[in-house]
Amino acid sequence: MGLLDRSARTIFWAELVSGMALTLKYFFKPKVTLNYPYEKGPLSPRFRGEHALRRYPNGEERCIACKLCEAICPAQAITIEAEPRDDGSRRTTRYDIDMVKCIYCGFCEEACPVDAIVEGPNFEFAAETREELLYDKDKLLANGDRWETELAARLEVDAPYR
Amino acid sequence: MAEFWTGYAWPAIWIGLQVVAIIIPLLLCVAYLVYAERKVIAAIHLRRGPNVVGPYGLLQPIADGLKLFFKETVIPTGANRGVFIIAPVLTFTLALIAWAVIPVGDGLVIADINVGILYLFAISSLGVYGILMAGWASNSKYAFLGGLRSAAQMVSYEVSMGFIIISVLLVVGSLNLSDIVNAQRHVWFVIPLFPMAVIFFVSTLAETNRHPFDLPEAEAELVSGYNVEYSSMAFALFFLGEYANMILMSAMTTILFLGGWLPPFNVAPFTWIPGPIWFAAKIAFCLFIFLWVRATFPRYRYDQLMRLGWKVFLPISLAAVVIVGGVVLAFDIQSLVK
Repeated sequence: MGLLDRSARTIFWAELVSGMALTLKYFFKPKVTLNYPYEKGPLSPRFRGEHALRRYPNGEERCIACKLCEAICPAQAITIEAEPRDDGSRRTTRYDIDMVKCIYCGFCEEACPVDAIVEGPNFEFAAETREELLYDKDKLLANGDRWETELAARLEVDAPYR
Repeated sequence: MAEFWTGYAWPAIWIGLQVVAIIIPLLLCVAYLVYAERKVIAAIHLRRGPNVVGPYGLLQPIADGLKLFFKETVIPTGANRGVFIIAPVLTFTLALIAWAVIPVGDGLVIADINVGILYLFAISSLGVYGILMAGWASNSKYAFLGGLRSAAQMVSYEVSMGFIIISVLLVVGSLNLSDIVNAQRHVWFVIPLFPMAVIFFVSTLAETNRHPFDLPEAEAELVSGYNVEYSSMAFALFFLGEYANMILMSAMTTILFLGGWLPPFNVAPFTWIPGPIWFAAKIAFCLFIFLWVRATFPRYRYDQLMRLGWKVFLPISLAAVVIVGGVVLAFDIQSLVK
C-alpha cells in the first residue's frame, strides 16, 4: 500500500468507520440468547439428567434388585437393600441415590437389564438444601410416574443405537 | 408586602418551577440512558439485555436505583471524610447546573446569558475536581491513580475542545447559545466544519471518560478507578453524574454542530414537530453514537491517549482556528449567518 493510500486511510479513519459499520450490522441481527426460563434449547434423547425408576404398564415396578447399577456406579452413589416380597418376587426395600455424589455418567442406565433406572430429560432439580438431593425409592418412583411418557419415547428413539 | 411578592417571591418560585421542569426530565433521561446503554450494547453483542423487571425490563433502572439506595454507605477509615462525601455531590451538581444555559427550544432557556458557551465550558472543566477529590480523599492507591489519570486526560482534551469552540464562535460572532443555534438556520455547522465536529465529538468522549478513553476507571489495572472506595448512594451519584455529563456533552455537540432545536429542513412536515423534540432527538442520536463507540472500540493505551490529545488534536484544532478565522474574515461569514 502506497504512502498516499495509507495516509488517506488514517485521515479518514477507514478502519474505525468499518469497525463501526460492522457493529451496526450486528445491532440489527437477530439475538442468539435463549430467553431461558421461557425458551429452552433442544435436548438429545441420550441426555442424562435426573434419575427415575420406571414401572411396567400394569403398575408393577420394574426393578428386580439385581444391584448391577450399585455395582457399576463409579461414584458409589447408589445404595440398594433387597428381600423377597410376600408373593416371592425379589424387590428392593431401599433404593437411594445420592444426587450430590452422582456424576451423571449413565452407567446405571446402561447396566440395568429391565430398563428400570433411567436418567431422564429433567435437569432443573436444584434444591436449597443438601438433604433434598438425597433421593430415596419413593422420590425415584414418583419421578418415573411423572416423566414416564417422555422416558418411554426417549428410550424408543435411542433403541436402534443401543 | 406586595413588593415582596411581585419583586422577590414570585420570580423565585417561577425560577424554581423552571429548574424542576429541566431537572426531572433530565434525571429520568439519565436513568433510562443507563437502560438504553445496556440494551444497545446487548443488541450489538447479540444478547437481550435487561428484560425481566417490568415490560421489556423498563423498570430495571428503578430497581437498580432502589438497590443502591438501600445499601450502606461505607466510608473507609483512612478517608478524608468531608472531601470524601463532597466529591460525589460536587460531580453530580456540576453535571446538573450546566443545564441552566442550555436552550432546549426557541427561547426555552432558564438563563439566556451572553457568555453561555463560556459558562458551559467552565462547568464542564470543573467536573474534574469531583473526580480528583474522590481520588484523593479515598486514601487508596487505585482511586488516587484513577483521579490523576482523569485530571491529566480532561485537561489535555479540553484544550483542543476550547479551540474548536473558538472556531465555532468565530463563525457566529456571539457566545450566546441561542445565537449559535440561530446562526445555523441555513446550514448546520456539522457540514462546513465537519472535521472540527468529529474532533469535538471525540474530545467529548475523552472529557466524559467514556470508551475508548475510559482509562480513569480501567477495570483491568485500576479495578474501577477513582470510585473504587464508594458505595451506595455516593457511588450512584458518581454514576448518574457521569451519565448526566454524557447527556450534557451531547447537548453541547447538538447546539454547536447539529443546529440545536432547528429542524433539518425548514419545510412543512419538519417544522410541525416542536423544537424541544428535535433537540431531544439529536441528543439521543449523539448518545447512541456514544454507546455504539463503547461497544466497538477497545480502550486506548495511556501514552496513545496523550499522543492523540497533544500531538494530533491540538495542532489540528489550532490550525482550524486560523483557517476558519481567515475564511470568516475574508468572506464576511458573520454577516451571512446573522
